[in-house]
Amino acid sequence: MAINAGDTAWILVSAAMVMLMTPGVALFYGGMVRRKNVLSTIMMSFAALGLAGLLWVLYGYSLSFGPDLGGLIGNLDFIGLRQVGQEPSSVYATTVPHLAFMIFQAMFAIITVALITGAVVERIKFSSLLVFSTMWLTVVYCPVAHWVWGDGGWLVNLGALDFAGGTVVHICAGVSALALAMLLGPRKGFRSGDPMEPNNIPMVALGAGILWFGWFGFNAGSALTSGGLAVSAFVATNTSAAAAALTWLILSWIYRRPTLLGTATGAVAGLVAITPAAGFVPPLAGIPIGIGAALVCYYCILLRMRWSVDESLDVWAVHGMGGTWGALATGIFATLAVNPAGADGLLMGNMLQFIKQLAGVAAVWGFAFVATCILAKLVDVTLGLRVGAAEESVGLDISQHGERAYGGLLR
Amino acid sequence: MKKIEAIIREQRLEPVRQALEDCGYFGMTVTEVSGRGRQKGISLQWRVGEYCVNFLPKIKIELVVLDEDVPRTLAAITTNARTGEMGDGKIFVIPVENAVRIRTGEQGENAI
Repeated sequence: MAINAGDTAWILVSAAMVMLMTPGVALFYGGMVRRKNVLSTIMMSFAALGLAGLLWVLYGYSLSFGPDLGGLIGNLDFIGLRQVGQEPSSVYATTVPHLAFMIFQAMFAIITVALITGAVVERIKFSSLLVFSTMWLTVVYCPVAHWVWGDGGWLVNLGALDFAGGTVVHICAGVSALALAMLLGPRKGFRSGDPMEPNNIPMVALGAGILWFGWFGFNAGSALTSGGLAVSAFVATNTSAAAAALTWLILSWIYRRPTLLGTATGAVAGLVAITPAAGFVPPLAGIPIGIGAALVCYYCILLRMRWSVDESLDVWAVHGMGGTWGALATGIFATLAVNPAGADGLLMGNMLQFIKQLAGVAAVWGFAFVATCILAKLVDVTLGLRVGAAEESVGLDISQHGERAYGGLLR
Repeated sequence: MKKIEAIIREQRLEPVRQALEDCGYFGMTVTEVSGRGRQKGISLQWRVGEYCVNFLPKIKIELVVLDEDVPRTLAAITTNARTGEMGDGKIFVIPVENAVRIRTGEQGENAI
């Protein structure tokens, strides 16, 4: 198929926008931790840009999108970008150079690795995090991306829909975050109720703003063409983010006062939930999906607090559960009228699609949780996952990185 | 000479500074501090629910005054820092042995 200039331009812009989301995550998370751990938290995302960005072109892309091996994983044909060049692929995004599709997908792998780090801030050993991330990308992300998006992947064959990564990115990251946090254990002082005051909420808001902006590349870019479908996904994305931000604003207002931290979190929850659905549902389905996302994630944070699990920045509640809601909502609101390559959902009388979505969710949940537990245990017994008690007290900025965020005696 | 250390509410700094100026004291050192008294902490909202911060932001004013000025400077601070609610702060008066003006080398009461 011939290369389409408009499609190529849009995919490249989208890839760049998704790249910016990882620094967005860095600020979003960085603002929520205590001031002694700001840099280390930001560093975890920047390290993902380096680490996953490299692993992806070396072998990650091949394992995810290389020719199929039994529906489970790609083979090594594309290793080191062999056969991935300026000509379009015959199966993926056939109107843009194969390299454009590859680099667009690279940004998804990077941000997924970065998202998990929200669970383990303020106490994980940096070197161990790098080792864990390398193993996790290889053993968890690449296979799941293949199942859901790879040509011949078993969830693709089953007919489970995931437009832009509700399962691959958000459920995968969220569930793995929960598993990793449980193995790592809580921060010192978490159980005794020491105040864990966010150091910079404006930074959180800036991060959320960058995420919202980048998400248009994430979702509308996942149309892989620059036409009506991309626009429809774009509008659905903004609608869901708006509905969820407003819902969370109201929830916090009912509780006490309308908080910026809550509103920013709500926007992210809405963006997560619309991700799998964006190009399969009518744009206005963004309203129920967004409202549902805010309610689900809000109450999942409450639940997580009741369990007393220190999944510190609620990656599971917001991404894991927001993604779960979004994947199921895709099975409810999807319609062939929006995307002939999709399916009809529950509202169009197709119960089966909802069940397929449920199967996809269950498979990714189970695999991500178990595989992450094994990997984390492995790293813990060999290298140790945690920093020492003294390093944790001093803060990871100084103990892990030898620098501090707010230096200087003079103001 | 006495050193006056007054810990007051942030929003009362301007009136207190003005009142001290009216007493003839222009020089003072102001620091942002955290502390607690009977007001205890404050509860702030997280994404969901709230958490308690045990220390509150306050302002500490330090200045050294002549012995005979102690009563009226204390009165100036007390009147202007008071709201009547818990958390108005405290004032401590401490004897000072000596003082030096670095520019001229003057010592004692001439230096303040």
